[in-house]
Amino acid sequence: MPGTMTRNIDVERYLEHHRMMHRIRAFEEAAARANQDKLVLGAIHLSIGQEAIASGVCRNLRPTDYLLSTHRGHGHTLAKGADPTAMMSELLGREGGICQGKGGSMHIADFGVGMLGANGVVAANINIAAGAAHAIKLKGDDGVACSIFGDGAINRGPFLEGLNWAGVFKLPALFVCESNGFASTTRTDAMTSGEGAAARARSLGIPADEIDGNDIVAVDETVRAAVDAIRGGGGPRFILCSTYRLHGHTASDPAAYRRKDEVDAAWKNDPIGRCAQMLRDAGVASDDLDAQRDAAVFEMDQAYETAKAAPWPDLSLAYTDVQDIGDPRGRAF
Amino acid sequence: MAIMTYAEAGKTALAEEMRRDPLVWAVGEDLGRGGVFGQYAGLIDEFGPDRISDAPISEAAIMGASVGAAMAGTRPVVEMRFADFALCAVDELVNQAAKARYMLGGQTKVPMVIREPMGMWRSSAAQHSQSLESWYTHIPGLVVAVPSTPADNKGLLKAAIRCDDPVVYFEHKNIWGLEGEVPDGDVVLPFGKARMEREGSDITIVSWSSQLHTASRAAETLAAEGVSAEVIDLRTLWPWDRDAVFASVEKTGRLLITHESVSVGGFGAEIAASVSEHLFKALKAPVRRRAAPRIPISYAPPLEDMVRVSEAQIIETVQEMMAV
Repeated sequence: MPGTMTRNIDVERYLEHHRMMHRIRAFEEAAARANQDKLVLGAIHLSIGQEAIASGVCRNLRPTDYLLSTHRGHGHTLAKGADPTAMMSELLGREGGICQGKGGSMHIADFGVGMLGANGVVAANINIAAGAAHAIKLKGDDGVACSIFGDGAINRGPFLEGLNWAGVFKLPALFVCESNGFASTTRTDAMTSGEGAAARARSLGIPADEIDGNDIVAVDETVRAAVDAIRGGGGPRFILCSTYRLHGHTASDPAAYRRKDEVDAAWKNDPIGRCAQMLRDAGVASDDLDAQRDAAVFEMDQAYETAKAAPWPDLSLAYTDVQDIGDPRGRAF
Repeated sequence: MAIMTYAEAGKTALAEEMRRDPLVWAVGEDLGRGGVFGQYAGLIDEFGPDRISDAPISEAAIMGASVGAAMAGTRPVVEMRFADFALCAVDELVNQAAKARYMLGGQTKVPMVIREPMGMWRSSAAQHSQSLESWYTHIPGLVVAVPSTPADNKGLLKAAIRCDDPVVYFEHKNIWGLEGEVPDGDVVLPFGKARMEREGSDITIVSWSSQLHTASRAAETLAAEGVSAEVIDLRTLWPWDRDAVFASVEKTGRLLITHESVSVGGFGAEIAASVSEHLFKALKAPVRRRAAPRIPISYAPPLEDMVRVSEAQIIETVQEMMAV
């Protein structure tokens, strides 16, 4: 099993990662429970098994850096610093939802922590992130704009257009591909010609790293180096993170299209288990790690309970925040 | 007042706004060399290549990056070159720009102007000639502008750049060279306020963009025949000046809408339906539309003319309506 060899690590830093990954896992398990309870209204897409990428990327971004995420974005949003209760309330479409109950899981955002939105359209966040990076450059700031997308996104146009754009304008953009093996319910390899995402990025002149996305150390260190290079004016970077989607495409997808032994093997490569083992090898007590897990579960259970108790949003919200000019509160018909 | 062309008026508006606000920038193909119609000529000398920015032929990236740049605090003016090409960026405009503010619970606005040169011009055929303004009126979140004169192209473009909403801004290619008086200085027009092109008492003709001028010529001819036509230039389609149209129809009792775009599902249908719903008793004749047949636009001039609504057709329709 990979990741078990003793490494010389910054224990505090990886305890933070361990805690964050458990928070993400616990949030999504609570969300899955809410889905079973029929309280989640639309589709939710779980990132269980991919937490190391969310934690490793966002740990290296500042609150003022921008993040653009996907339909599978709960982990990214939490790791960027959003409030889980407001997120859970959004999944349940309740008052207090982070987007006022108007977006749901696929449109979660928290501009207060630089999280400019999940996106319901595969690959759409790539061009938007390139543009956010363009704004950083035009304003002369030292920020970074990061887009995280799945391997299914590499076959849509924005993967070419957005990376080319960032390269042409030498923008402070970080592109992270969470390669979990599946494009919706189809294996990405079967639908991808050529050598894949990293080769495509390199062909556009963008330096590309290919790493084990379930190894929190690899993600943290690779992203840190990439962000340093980007902030130093080095232009865009691409990181391909290999991982595995332990659940189905949506929380309601049993993923019967893959063999049990494949999934069992993937669970043994769970990034949280690997991080815990590494920390135990570094001398951290199992009880301390369990306490982080239990605190995360408690926090997210509370978030679910709070969301459940919240009322529906005020109906007047249906007409707010559409547009200033031609505001539907003046005339909508 | 200065005499300038429709294209120069747009350029003046952009330059004034770029001087006023350093966060305004323009991006699109060939802008550094003035844009495909020269509507950006010389601006790079004053503002430099970062703010008059060339772009790859990647409409989706031009539009999508502008959405991100708008959410991150700048005010992009997006050049789509031809309205037809903007169809390569419909997700970025319709699913992203128009929806972000609402979908994200009001956490952001998306202040961007999408310039879409529209309409028939020099035998450009079916992929370079379309008038698709009605499509965008259907999308909550978007503002739609369709200026017809140099003065309006200055005043409305300035308003569009200052607007915090995404504004789809249709300039008509056939009137780039149209000259007219343009007010000096900082004149910003309101959206949703129609312009009275010509007052009349027998019939109301509503139009916009280049077709407005055809309607105006028809009204001139009709006047010589003793028919007094009121011509209203709508200027913007969302919001549209329902009050001005209703007031005119209450006076004249007759309404003809004419536009260059396809009649079926065109914005004329929305106006006709609104008037029918609210002013049925004021009508002396059924509301009529003169707009393009639902066929693609041809290359050969006589075939292209089959799509064009002529002055003669407008006159003929008005005469039919007067005979009711």
